[in-house]
This record gives sequence, C-alpha cells and structure tokens, in this order.
Amino acid sequence: MGTLGGAGLAAAAGRARTVGMEGDRLASQARSSGLPAGGATGESPGVDAPLLGGSGSSALLQAQVLDLDEDEDDLEVFSKDASLMDMNSFSPMMPTSPLSMINQVKFEDEPDLKDLFITVDEPESHVTTIETFITYRIITKTSRGEFDSSEFEVRRRYQDFLWLKGKLEEAHPTLIIPPLPEKFIVKGMVERFNDDFIETRRKALQKFLNRIADHPTLTFNEDFKVFLTAQAWELSSHKKQGPGLLSRMGQTVRAVALSMRGVKSRPEEFMEMNNFIEIFSQKINLIDKISQRIYKEEREYSDEMREYGPIHLLWSASEEDLADTLKGVASCIDKCCKATEKRMSGLSEALLPVVHEYVLYSEMLMGVMKRRDQIQAELDSKVEALMYKKADADLLTEEIGKLEDKVECANNALKADWERWKHNMQNDIKSAFTETAEENIHYYEQCLATWESFLASQTDLHMEETSEDKPEAH
Amino acid sequence: MTENNFWLKKIEISVSEAEKRTGRNAMNMQETYTAYLIETRSVEHTDGQSVLTDSLWRRYSEFELLRNYLLVYYPHIVVPPLPEKRAEFVWHKLSADNMDPDFVERRRIGLENFLLRVASHPILCRDKIFYLFLTQEGNWKETVNETGFQLKADSRLKALNATFRVKNPDKRFTELKHYSDELQSVISHLLRVRARVADRLYGVYKVHGNYGRVFSEWSAIEKEMGDGLQSAGHHMDVYASSIDDILEDEEHYADQLKEYLFYAEALRAVCRKHELMQYDLEMAAQDLASKKQQCEELATGTVRMFSLKGMTTKLFGQETPEQREARVKVLEEQINEGEQQLKSKNLEGREFVKNAWADIERFKEQKNHDLKEALISYAVMQISMCKKGIQVWTNAKECFSK
Repeated sequence: MGTLGGAGLAAAAGRARTVGMEGDRLASQARSSGLPAGGATGESPGVDAPLLGGSGSSALLQAQVLDLDEDEDDLEVFSKDASLMDMNSFSPMMPTSPLSMINQVKFEDEPDLKDLFITVDEPESHVTTIETFITYRIITKTSRGEFDSSEFEVRRRYQDFLWLKGKLEEAHPTLIIPPLPEKFIVKGMVERFNDDFIETRRKALQKFLNRIADHPTLTFNEDFKVFLTAQAWELSSHKKQGPGLLSRMGQTVRAVALSMRGVKSRPEEFMEMNNFIEIFSQKINLIDKISQRIYKEEREYSDEMREYGPIHLLWSASEEDLADTLKGVASCIDKCCKATEKRMSGLSEALLPVVHEYVLYSEMLMGVMKRRDQIQAELDSKVEALMYKKADADLLTEEIGKLEDKVECANNALKADWERWKHNMQNDIKSAFTETAEENIHYYEQCLATWESFLASQTDLHMEETSEDKPEAH
Repeated sequence: MTENNFWLKKIEISVSEAEKRTGRNAMNMQETYTAYLIETRSVEHTDGQSVLTDSLWRRYSEFELLRNYLLVYYPHIVVPPLPEKRAEFVWHKLSADNMDPDFVERRRIGLENFLLRVASHPILCRDKIFYLFLTQEGNWKETVNETGFQLKADSRLKALNATFRVKNPDKRFTELKHYSDELQSVISHLLRVRARVADRLYGVYKVHGNYGRVFSEWSAIEKEMGDGLQSAGHHMDVYASSIDDILEDEEHYADQLKEYLFYAEALRAVCRKHELMQYDLEMAAQDLASKKQQCEELATGTVRMFSLKGMTTKLFGQETPEQREARVKVLEEQINEGEQQLKSKNLEGREFVKNAWADIERFKEQKNHDLKEALISYAVMQISMCKKGIQVWTNAKECFSK
C-alpha cells in the first residue's frame, strides 16, 4: 500500500526555506507580561474555566500507530517530486495583500490549480434493527489522470470518515491531518440527529475532505482515493486489509511505553512549536467559548426584542396623537430585531465553525507533537541501548541509522506542514473575524438607517404641525 | 420676599444636591436618610441674572406630605407624581438599594421635575403650602398638619378596589378611567421588557470584552499577526465598555416613561373622586326621594312602603293626628334641607366636572408632547449607539485585515 507521504517531506527538503525566528516579539506588549498561566478570571458575565477537556476528541485520536516502512517510499518517490512542486501551496511568493488573503479563506492553495472538487450533501437516515445512522452523499469531480473517471458519487457514514482519518494518521504520523467534527456534542444535545447538528456536521465533513484535497501530500493518499470513489462493498473489503487489530494494539503499547520516556532531547524549534501549540490551544478554546457565549447572548437579546416592539403597537391602540410615533418605534424595533437575527446567523456561519475547527486542530497538533516525540524516543532508546549493550553493536548501529533517517524525515515533514498550517490558520482566523466585523458593521448600519428615517419622519411631521399654527406671513 | 412678589417674578427651582444624613425618627431610633437641597432663584427681568432667594433641605417624606396635601385640596387636578419610592423595573446592574448613589441621583432629578411641574401648573403654583415648602424650612410639617387636610381626606378613596355602584356614570370619566388603566398596564409592561432587553444588551457587549484579554495574550506568541490581534483586542474593550453610558442614558428615558406611569394613577384618582361625588349625589337624591314619599304617605294616609312606623302603627294602633302632623313637619324640614344639599351638591358636581375636564385637557396635551419627545429622544439614543458600533467594528475590522 504505497502512500505518497514522502512527497511532502521531500518537497519540503528540496526547497530553500528559512524556518526560524523572524524577530522577537517586542517586550512592550501592553497587557501580557510573559505568558500567563492562562485561564479566564470570571470578571464579567464571564467565561468559565478554559478547557472543556477533550470530550469529543477521545473518539478521534486513533491508535497511535507507527507505520515504520516509509523510509523506502521516501527514496522511491523522490523523483515524483518535481511534478508536485508547483502544486504545493507552500510557496514563499504567497501574495500578502489583505484582499487576496481573504479570497483564499476557503481553499488554502491556489484555487486555479485545484483539480479535485468535493461536495458533501444529502444526509439520509438509515434504520436497521441494530442501529440508526446517517449517510452523506459525496460527489467528487476531478481531472486527474489516476482517477478512472471524472465524476464519482458515493455514500459514506461518519464511521467511514473516522476510518479515513485513522489511515491518514497511520501513513503520515507527523503531518497535520485536518480534524473531524466531534462524534457527539456534549452540551445541550437532545438527540443525535437534530437538524442543526446534522447540518453543522455536514459542513464540517465537507471542510475535512477539501482540506485533505488541498494538502500537497495527503491529496495523493491512496486510502483517500478509495474513500472518494469506491462503492460500499469495495470500501468494506478495502478496510479489512492492512495491519490487523492485534499488531496495531501491540504498536500502541510500544508507543505509549516510549512516550513515557519524556521529551528530554526535543530540539529547540520543536520546543517552540510545542509552546505555541499549548498557548494557542488555550486561547482558541477560550475564543470558542466566548464566541458561543456571544451567540447565546445575542439569541436572548433577540428574543426579548421580539416582545419589545409589539408593546408599542399595543399602546398605540389607546392613543390618538401618539399613535403614529408609537407605531414608528414599534416598526423600528422589529426591523432591528430582524437585523440581529441576520447578525447571529452570520456569526454562526462565518465565525463559530472556523473557531471550532481550530479547537479541534489544536488537539490534533498535540497528537502530532506526541507522535514526533515518539519517533525520536525510539531513536533515543536505541542509542542508549547501544551505549550499554555492546553485544549487538552492529545490528543496533544499522537500526539507529534507519531511525535517524526516519526522525529527520518526520521532523522535516512536520516543520514544513507546520509553517503551512500556521499560515492558513492566520488567514482563516483573520478572515473569520473580518467577516464577523463586517456583519456587525452591516447590522449597525441597518439599524441606523431605520432609526434615522423614523426620526426624519417625526421631525417632518413636527415641522408640518408647527407651520400650520404659524400665521401666514405676507 | 412676600408671597405675592414671589409669583410675580419668574422663578427657577432646582434640587441641586443630595446628602446622606442620620437622625432620630419618631420612635427615637436612629435612621439614615437622604436630604435634598432645594434652591429657588428669582430671575430679574432687566438683566436676566438669577438671584438665590431661598435654599433649604427636604427629605422624600416631606415631598410625600406635600403631594398628599395637594391631592386632598385639589381633587379635580391631575397632581404631578413623585419619583418612585423604591427602585422598580431593575435590571441586573442597577441596585435596588435606596442608598445607592445612582438611585439617589435619579431621584434627585425626579424630585426637581416634580417641583417644576407643580410650579408650572396654573392652579397648583399659587398654593400657599407649596410656597412655604420652598421657603420655610422649620415648622413646615406642623403648618401642613394644621390645615387638617388628613381629616378632609375621604377614607373611602383609600380602599382601592371599592366600587361605587353609580347609576348614571359620566361616560367621559368612565372612558378616562379605562384609558388610565390601559396606560398604566402598557407602560409597566414596556418598562419590564425594556429592563430585560437592557440586561441582554449588557451581556452581549460585555462578553466581547473577553476577546480583548484573550487576543492580547495570544498576540504574545504570534509574530505576524500579533499587532493586529492586540489592537483588535483593544477595540473589543472599547466596545464592551461603551454599553455603560448607553444604558445610563436609557435609564433617563425609562424615568420619563415612569413619570407617566405614575401620572396614570393620578388621572385615575381624579376619576375616582368624581365617581365618589356622583355616588354621594345619587345617594342624596335617593334619600330625598324616599323622604318625599314618606311625607306623601303620611299626608294621604296610604301606606305604600314598608316602614317601621307603619308596622308599629299596625300593631299598636293608629297614632293621633297631632303625632302625625308633627312627623310630617319634621320630614318637611328634612326635605327642605335635603333639597338645598342636593342643589349645592349638583353645583359642586358641575364645577368639579368643568374644572377637572379643563385640567385633563391640559394634561393630555402635556402628555402627548412629553411622550413624543421621549420617544424621539429614544430614537436619538439608538442612533448614537449605532454610530458608535459602526466606528468600533470598522476599527476592529481594519486590525483584523492587517
């Protein structure tokens, strides 16, 4: 099962890229003095304690499998790199104007070079005697040669997505695999299959597949291709191949044992990366909570407003002179109420899913760091063994040689993907917040127009009334 | 300054200060209360300068006393209301504590408003007790009580839900009472919901403040977008804190509505007084009619109505002609008296209706003018809030796009 995981690694190695410090953050940050221990201090209608704890994520973190036969693939695949170079979005020539960055929000790589388009839609419920589940229709359109056709339509369920993710992680332990939406939402879920939940999940699944498609390495993964094209029975039989459950379990145990050794020899840049991930994870979780809270408050505000307007209308029924003014106010409040609803839906479409995806990403990243550490730990343990067990010196030395290559490849793959991921993250976050700001501006502009026209109508009437009283001038 | 001169000159009244005081109450227990400084200035016509003529301290209970007095002596007037005794329609930020400085401040403004309303009322402003309230600090309470107004007050009016079965109600007053009930109900509903809306709005704005802190902390690890995040965070803080002023202004709007909520009660009071007058009138007419009938019966000897006298006569025998004549005479006197009373009551009633209706018309115009202005000022507040919002989010957007 050849994976093309090596492509990305080699591509990164083949480029002259300075991954390093681009100047230190100025110490004059107004508020943060050093990196705070984090956590919210509930001052206002506050945000609670930070991390929700990876409730959903446990279902996502698959067995930490180390597929150790990639080395050969790397060397084999090296020659295929050239053709992939230009496909790689990870170019230092990325345009930096705000407009172009905003345009790239949805698909991180150059849109014109995309040759794989995926949509996820039509959720359908299936009921069997054992269970009820939902499948989604996945349509793939492509011009790539290695695909037998230019269009595919298949149905997949969430389990299938989990399988795909697991395979990708297996094949590329130190690449940043896009996150899947959670298996369950912990808070406020009444039933698994309520419409909002399904719609949110559908969008997230579509995002997931498209992110894979846009990833320079993952897009050529064989399991990914099978996922997109195989019919149901083909997929089932394909799934059964590969390392068996027992061998995977064995690898997990080994992996855990290795991770116990700690990360004493983690290189500087990965220490930095780890540090970033920890803080980023804290902050993005907080932002997720804050954003959800804002949505909730806006919802409650909108509910109250819906009752507020009609009272003025009711009042106008018992008044004569004031009736028009009261009706005007009632109508303004109603319009503002509708504008609020629009603002809320903007928030739930532009901001909440993006922030939430990065919450899941941050969990992913921690997994990636762990896997990298494990690969290194393996090397370290062999090196240590060599120091004490002179007996199998030759064998160990050979193994160490292989592991050293493996570590170098893993590190390079991660470094490259890390830069790519960070860049996309910055774009995505910035454009999500920019869009939110726009929604808010639009909301206030609408309300402003409503009240201003009401005011104008009132002052016009007033001027009419007073001019009626004035004696005619001659 | 004599009373006459007082009203000839143009005067300005202000409740300029509020002060916490401790003293001993009627039961000799220590209490804390707030005293308000009332300053009266007369404006000279010639140069427009105002001269301070009187200044004294009063507490809320004295204002209440003044108003109760006015209610009794001017039953046909829609007497301006006082600001609320206890904070109602509170939303979470406001304190329900009477000693809270914000509440005291809003009450100060309300009391000033009350005095201005009384002073600008064509009839009430001429009242001597009101004049003394503004000019005579000591002994004023005794002076008011000496008028004996509490005795004049009809205790029946205090029974809020007592209904007087009036046979020929004045349609206009019935409609007016109905209107005042509706006004009271709709304004209090509005104020309740407004308080909830304010609460929610406060929540929306304040939660955004959390972004400020988190962005700032995040910016520390970001090389490229750190500056943008930091400044955006600052704008989120500005946004979050802008709600305080906005809602404070809205509170003044709510106070304007509250005044008319209480005015509705004053309106209702006038209707009730009229109802009571009408009831008394009808009772007196009824009484007179029954006496006349009795008289007639005695004169003609026929007994059409049951009476105790008639019963005893039947049981114990007829009365002598002399006795009967004596009774007739008494009744005739009573009938005369009754007719006089009825005449004066009728006159009183008509005067009341005329004067009350004049004041009600005046009140209606004032109400329409004031409430319209209040609603327009509400629109102005909303406009200002929207403009602030646009500015902050435009700034924030710029930061994010950097």
